[in-house]
Amino acid sequence: MLALVLVFFADFALHKSERKPFVLGVLTGALLLCQLVPCFMAGSATAFGGMYVTSPIVNVMKTILTFGTFIVVVMAQKWMANNAKLSGEFYMLVLSTLLGMYMMMSAGHFLLFFLGLEMASVPMACLVAFDRYKKKSAEAAAKYILTATFSSGVMLYGISFLYGAVGTLYFDDMAATIQLTPLTVMGLVFFFSGLGFKISLVPFHFWTADTYEGAPTPITGYLSVVSKGAATLTLAIILMHVFGRLVEYWEPLLWIVIMLTITIGNLFAIRQSELKRFMAFSSISQAGYIMLAVVGNSAQSLTALTFYVLVYVAANMAVFSVISVVEENNGGRTDMAAYNGLYTTNPKLALLMTLALFSLAGIPPFAGMFSKFFVFMAAVSGHESAPFWPYFVVFIALINTVVSLYYYLLIVKAMYITKEENPLPTFKNGSAINWSLAICTVGILLFGICSCIYEWIDKAAMAL
Amino acid sequence: MNILSLFVLIPVLMLLGLWIARNLNQVRGVMVAGSSMLLVLSIWLCYYFVTERNAGNDAEMLLVASTPWFKPLNIAYSVGVDGISVVMLLLSSIIVFTGTFASWQLKPLTKEYFLWFTLLSTGVFGFFICTDMFTMFMFYEVALIPMYLLIGVWGSGRKEYSAMKLTLMLMGGSALLILGILGIYYFSGHTTMNVNEIAAMHNIDPDIQNAFFPFIFIGFGVLGALFPFHTWSPDGHASAPTAVSMLHAGVLMKLGGYGCFRIAMYLLPDAAQDLSWIFLILTTISVVYGALSACVQTDLKYINAYSSVSHCGLVLFALLMMSQTAVTGAILQMLSHGLMTALFFALIGMIYGRTHTRDIRELAGLMKIMPFLAVGYVIAGLANLGLPGFSGFIAEMTIFVGSFGAQPLAGDPDTSFRMVATIIACMSIVVTAVYILRVVGKILYGEVENKHYLELTDATWDERVAVICLIFCVAGLGVCPFLFSDMISPAAGSILRSIGVM
Repeated sequence: MLALVLVFFADFALHKSERKPFVLGVLTGALLLCQLVPCFMAGSATAFGGMYVTSPIVNVMKTILTFGTFIVVVMAQKWMANNAKLSGEFYMLVLSTLLGMYMMMSAGHFLLFFLGLEMASVPMACLVAFDRYKKKSAEAAAKYILTATFSSGVMLYGISFLYGAVGTLYFDDMAATIQLTPLTVMGLVFFFSGLGFKISLVPFHFWTADTYEGAPTPITGYLSVVSKGAATLTLAIILMHVFGRLVEYWEPLLWIVIMLTITIGNLFAIRQSELKRFMAFSSISQAGYIMLAVVGNSAQSLTALTFYVLVYVAANMAVFSVISVVEENNGGRTDMAAYNGLYTTNPKLALLMTLALFSLAGIPPFAGMFSKFFVFMAAVSGHESAPFWPYFVVFIALINTVVSLYYYLLIVKAMYITKEENPLPTFKNGSAINWSLAICTVGILLFGICSCIYEWIDKAAMAL
Repeated sequence: MNILSLFVLIPVLMLLGLWIARNLNQVRGVMVAGSSMLLVLSIWLCYYFVTERNAGNDAEMLLVASTPWFKPLNIAYSVGVDGISVVMLLLSSIIVFTGTFASWQLKPLTKEYFLWFTLLSTGVFGFFICTDMFTMFMFYEVALIPMYLLIGVWGSGRKEYSAMKLTLMLMGGSALLILGILGIYYFSGHTTMNVNEIAAMHNIDPDIQNAFFPFIFIGFGVLGALFPFHTWSPDGHASAPTAVSMLHAGVLMKLGGYGCFRIAMYLLPDAAQDLSWIFLILTTISVVYGALSACVQTDLKYINAYSSVSHCGLVLFALLMMSQTAVTGAILQMLSHGLMTALFFALIGMIYGRTHTRDIRELAGLMKIMPFLAVGYVIAGLANLGLPGFSGFIAEMTIFVGSFGAQPLAGDPDTSFRMVATIIACMSIVVTAVYILRVVGKILYGEVENKHYLELTDATWDERVAVICLIFCVAGLGVCPFLFSDMISPAAGSILRSIGVM
């Protein structure tokens, strides 16, 4: 944790004296890699009088998110080379949001949680608006910050209800003393709405499509993966730990929200022809799957959730890397027609995109199948006495898997099957993007089959 | 390392070999080498299995091995074979071998084609050797998705529509499967995913069994051409390239029947007995409807596809009868139909490659022009309609005798329902004869109507290899079925004893 603060200041100092984007990029990447080490090794600890708590599973998620941020930084190198003047701000903003997410996940008190949430959201809006010369970027940022602020307000209102009802904002104390009253239920619902915005659950998802479309591609990747991962783990921990006594109330709420999220995300994705909007709706539906793991309310849920986020990081970042490459090499086009006949000119790129899409759809032997299956297992576990609703929710999720396969296959069809007179010419990529693609592909192929990774996550979750 | 894992390891090595191959000859070399090794391995496995059984080894499964994979979830990579699996592995390796030769001249992008083809066969082999539900499911799904690309890129006709329909329907089936597998795992106490251990525990509540049985049976039934979930099959088989049709109709549809037996009926025995009558009605409809539909088709591949629906329906029909003879017949039918339909699709592909039409209204008198292919087609047709001496007769006779004489079930002492169903299914034999002889007579005999056909050539050496190999197998099974039924029958018996009907 402290290392990140140091990174923040070191970067700030460097920004004043050096303006080379490449050096900054390397530095940030290296510091992020260093950041991985404490994440691996840290045990449980508290700080700030119990407001900041780390536990093994949170450390695992921090590792995953740092890994995701690292890939974003690597991916953004080429784009940064075009925006050299602002490169310092870019890395500072990314690191700030990451620090905010760390604080959000490690919170032991609602105020620190709120602080972390705001610290993650506000610089994110700046990042979304980073393309200063594109109107869409500014529009996206405006929509994002307005909905973010509004939902933060609603969440704060809910937190104040909880304070009024329970008398304390510490997670542990609230978990022990919370009662089921109309006030706490309202607090729970408002709080859930606020965090649901961040995860883009339905019906808080309306900002997602426009923001993803307008933001620069590396930032879209960052938004879709890292902020979702942080927010979902936080929501899972808070629901299961703090609101543990109110399980009968938030479980049905979650069932309905998840069913709506997955279905609406899928249905809207079918009609999209612009790839970033397409990925936005796909992300909405994937967020539904991530939250499905929480339905089980067991330690297995946290493992399944974290594992799913890890696999999702690899697959989504691979897709966004390919989108970024194609976008750079054809003058900014991100519509699906740009991918027609891609296999004939850029076979390796098309193949990597296919692997990533198959992982998102849940096809073995890629990691996506394992993560989806384990989420389903976590969702129905522990419900032997009243099995209908969890199995029904899983059934809806499974039907939607088939629907999602349809729209992921549309891209595969465009690349391999659709005949095209003028496909994109063969292009060579900068080495940075190749690295990010390579890391992500190795992840997609190996995370599922190598069971050691799942077992590492599981050990961490069990220790909670 | 267990010998059985070689069945998965060899295709993976083939994938690597294909990936680094530089030209067409290397690609073909890798494929021939790999598929020959698999064929030799499966023949050796049959021999080993028979020897072990004769030596008195009565264990339910041989060559069992298990390594834990995801320990917290009780998932292990466990392998083991019994008589049924051995026969299925043999079938798969024969079809992969002949399929390689049937695609000898396929262009363009031959390397990619064989890559996806090998991935498909990896899934198939893995499914048959595994005894852990999760791992079986994983291999089952691995065998699904290459179909989309194989049909979509190298197919013909309405390939994009057929490919998407096939993939989505089969994925729908596997979605239902996941639900069923989760149900079985959790309601049997979530201690193991191993099929044999769960069957031995036999502790799932009958009402829960009744709830989950339809999911799994329909899930596998979609692949096994259960009416009304068979609609992906005619379009899919018709649009697919030759070897893909061979592999799909020959082997993949048998995955459905195998899964129905090994997972749905073995692990949910009480539900299997309670609900078998519903699915018997559906499979009987499959058998008769498939045969009747084949009578009115004009495209050779559609005729064969509906014929496959009918024969695979017969497999499920016999499995649901749950008597040892009927189940043995079902597995023999899987083997026999797999070989026959592969032979059919291979021949149709060769004829289509020459005449560029599959419409039977335009083909006539091919016997004079390409005698080797025509004679092969006649043999395939006779085998299909059940001529004694070929495998079709053996399988169908065993099925009908076993079904008609099936023992009464625990909850239902009246067997007349099943006798009636058997009689209705028997009528499909006549209909099969109609559509087979109609086609054979129309396209092979008579005057040559299209003078351009007189310039067509007969089979090349690679095509002859494929056809002769399959005819040999079909005839061999017809003349010496005891070689296989001796392997299958005890395995069927032990599973039926576990279900509780014997």
